[in-house]
Amino acid sequence: MPLEFRAIGKEFPGVKALEDVSFAVGEGSVHALMGENGAGKSTLLKILSGAYRADSGQIFLNGQSVSFATPVAALEAGVAVIYQELHLVPEMTVAENLFLGHYPAAGGWIKRSELRQRAVEIIGRIGEQIDPDMKVGSLSLAQRQMVEIGKALSRNAQVIAFDEPTSALSAREVERLFEIIADLRLQGKIILYVSHRMDEIFRVCDALTVLRDGKHIETFKSLEGVQPGVIVERMVGRTIDDIWGYRPRAQGEVIFDAKDITGPGLAAPQDIQVRAGEIVGIFGLVGAGRTELLKALYRGVPGCGGQIEIAGKPVRAGQPRDSIAAGIALCPEDRKKEGIVGLRSVLENTNLSARRNHALGGVVIDERWERSNAQTQVDKLRVRTPSLQQPIGLLSGGNQQKVILGRWLSESVQVLLLDEPTRGIDVGAKREIYELMYALAETGVGIIMVSSELPEVLGVSDRILVMRQGKLVAEVRREDATEAGVLALALPVAEEAA
Amino acid sequence: MLLVLALLLVLSAAFVPNFTKWENVKGLLLAVSLVGMISCTMLFCLAGGDFDLSVGSTVALAGVIAALVINKYGNAPLALMIPIAAGALIGSLNGFVIARIGINALITTLAMMQIVRGVAYLISNGSSIGVFDRGLTGMATWSFGGLQASVYYMIALFAAFGFLLNRTVFGRNTLAIGGNSEAARLAGLPVVRTKVLIFMLQGAVAAFAGVILAARVSSGNPDTAKGLELQVISSCVLGGVSLTGGIGTISGMIVGVLIMGVVQNSMSLLNIDAFWQLVASGVVLLAAVMLDRLKSQKA
Repeated sequence: MPLEFRAIGKEFPGVKALEDVSFAVGEGSVHALMGENGAGKSTLLKILSGAYRADSGQIFLNGQSVSFATPVAALEAGVAVIYQELHLVPEMTVAENLFLGHYPAAGGWIKRSELRQRAVEIIGRIGEQIDPDMKVGSLSLAQRQMVEIGKALSRNAQVIAFDEPTSALSAREVERLFEIIADLRLQGKIILYVSHRMDEIFRVCDALTVLRDGKHIETFKSLEGVQPGVIVERMVGRTIDDIWGYRPRAQGEVIFDAKDITGPGLAAPQDIQVRAGEIVGIFGLVGAGRTELLKALYRGVPGCGGQIEIAGKPVRAGQPRDSIAAGIALCPEDRKKEGIVGLRSVLENTNLSARRNHALGGVVIDERWERSNAQTQVDKLRVRTPSLQQPIGLLSGGNQQKVILGRWLSESVQVLLLDEPTRGIDVGAKREIYELMYALAETGVGIIMVSSELPEVLGVSDRILVMRQGKLVAEVRREDATEAGVLALALPVAEEAA
Repeated sequence: MLLVLALLLVLSAAFVPNFTKWENVKGLLLAVSLVGMISCTMLFCLAGGDFDLSVGSTVALAGVIAALVINKYGNAPLALMIPIAAGALIGSLNGFVIARIGINALITTLAMMQIVRGVAYLISNGSSIGVFDRGLTGMATWSFGGLQASVYYMIALFAAFGFLLNRTVFGRNTLAIGGNSEAARLAGLPVVRTKVLIFMLQGAVAAFAGVILAARVSSGNPDTAKGLELQVISSCVLGGVSLTGGIGTISGMIVGVLIMGVVQNSMSLLNIDAFWQLVASGVVLLAAVMLDRLKSQKA
């Protein structure tokens, strides 16, 4: 086999990230890598790309044992990994980014015309309409991802690994990505594909390897006749029949009443109401203004307007601080940038907001409360962490999300705003997050959840609001909601005509 | 870093004549007291994700103001409080411009460093002003158990800021803001207020240190403490404080201050040329930080 992992092992302090992982990947095939967060997929990709060094085992490429000291060395040997977080220089042009590190040059001078010509050629191969002279910073997320793929092509990579490539793409962009992957497959590339989305795996992939807790569980050489349920079972090590686990519950009075909400990215003033115990799902395509609406409801950005009432009492419209004091909490979409303080411990991140209410005179920390509250939240939310002192940045995405939820459960929250609460989180942890949402709603909390995963919105919400082009355009009851129906409401009007 | 300090102490004790003599230990502690005091607040600045280049100038200005006030009014408490108030004002200005208006800390405090130094020259007409009032010099010249006042001030500030960092909401907020200010803001932390307070404390402590220095050497000198800001930042970095914010401990910072002090003290005892001492201090900083990086990469 052209690419083979043999007995790969990698240990971090206190965690065996990978243990004796062996499997082979054929050329001209798309090989899926699945597993819960923390299963070791990312570690494996990082070893492949030279970002980490394996403690034991070997990687064979075309029958030769390879070990890359740096990602650049891996690139030069034809191994490219396209991560969730893209590695592009926003201030440089598309062409410059495509050939970053190996510009066509003579004697230290960049050959501009050749650079441009070859960039046009690469862009042509991706089939995307991108101006090579545009700054990468002004491209859409999807276009940037295409540029990242172009980078791999510019190196003439033999192995291309995708790490959750579709998590930030709209449906149409996903289609485009799949076409490109199919194309690469025909060219005989070796493609690794990491994703949590089962439907994508079955559409795109030929073979599949499941990892769990750093160990190789099973490799399916062909996906024909394989049931998704079987794969999920292998991933979590137990059976999950209904990943939503929705349960109906009683709803109370309107607890959250927002009127004439304005803010950056919203096309018109918006109204939204939530009852106590209700879960409202907001669906919209990328760019529909979902995140912007949540931010405006939370006063998370300057320049928001409108009135908000919690249980009939007006909320002072100011900053996040005021919203929190009134009982509104936000779990942001971009956990790493806006949610966690990665360097600080689980304890610090849990108590970040609520500690002010428990400090002596609002000044001196109550250490007993700090420890007991953090421990309570960790136990209640089943956060998997070696200790309360563990820097949160070292935990998996699902556990980070639980800590952020724990931060808000330490306050008296009445309305919880969740922005893509399960993005990048594996199936097992997703279910735990849903369970938490139901449990919270049962205590009378009102929840607004934004998600770009339509099945999730339909599976979890009591009521669904659809956003399109910066406005809430429709409301669908749970009973009446179908994927096709909601999606049709979310599609931009201009495109419908076209 | 504790290991580096231990190694330095053992080596110095073994090879540097007179290093372990009580007289020398007293001198060493006195020598690090100025840097030690200001490192307390610089630790907060760095841990909060900023830094402050204006502290050296603030030390000089505070000394000059103290000298002017004491010579005019002969009131020692006034000569202490007015410079501290001025320092706090300088710091608040820094903090306001950085946190509220959003100007980069490097630019802001670089500008403030020049402005404050200039004001110190202006009000002193460019020359030292003698301080002879017993009330004021007495604040810096009393000693206890052989150790001079400045050493006790330093220890008191270590204790106070250690408490602030570890045991108060302000201290924990500082680290969170330095680690990720957007996440901190969205979690409801008062980012602007915290930063202004950090810089205000920084200015006040630098001014206090400046008054004590002037009282100790009996003069307010507008030329003093040039380059002090870099020594202070070096000590903090040696002590494991992150330049990008979010990480810092008082114990680490103290170790950093002592490493700098021991290196300089040993070199003086060995009669190494002052110019070479400068080179060596730089090398020690670089080596220690690289060692630390190596250690954390292994972990």
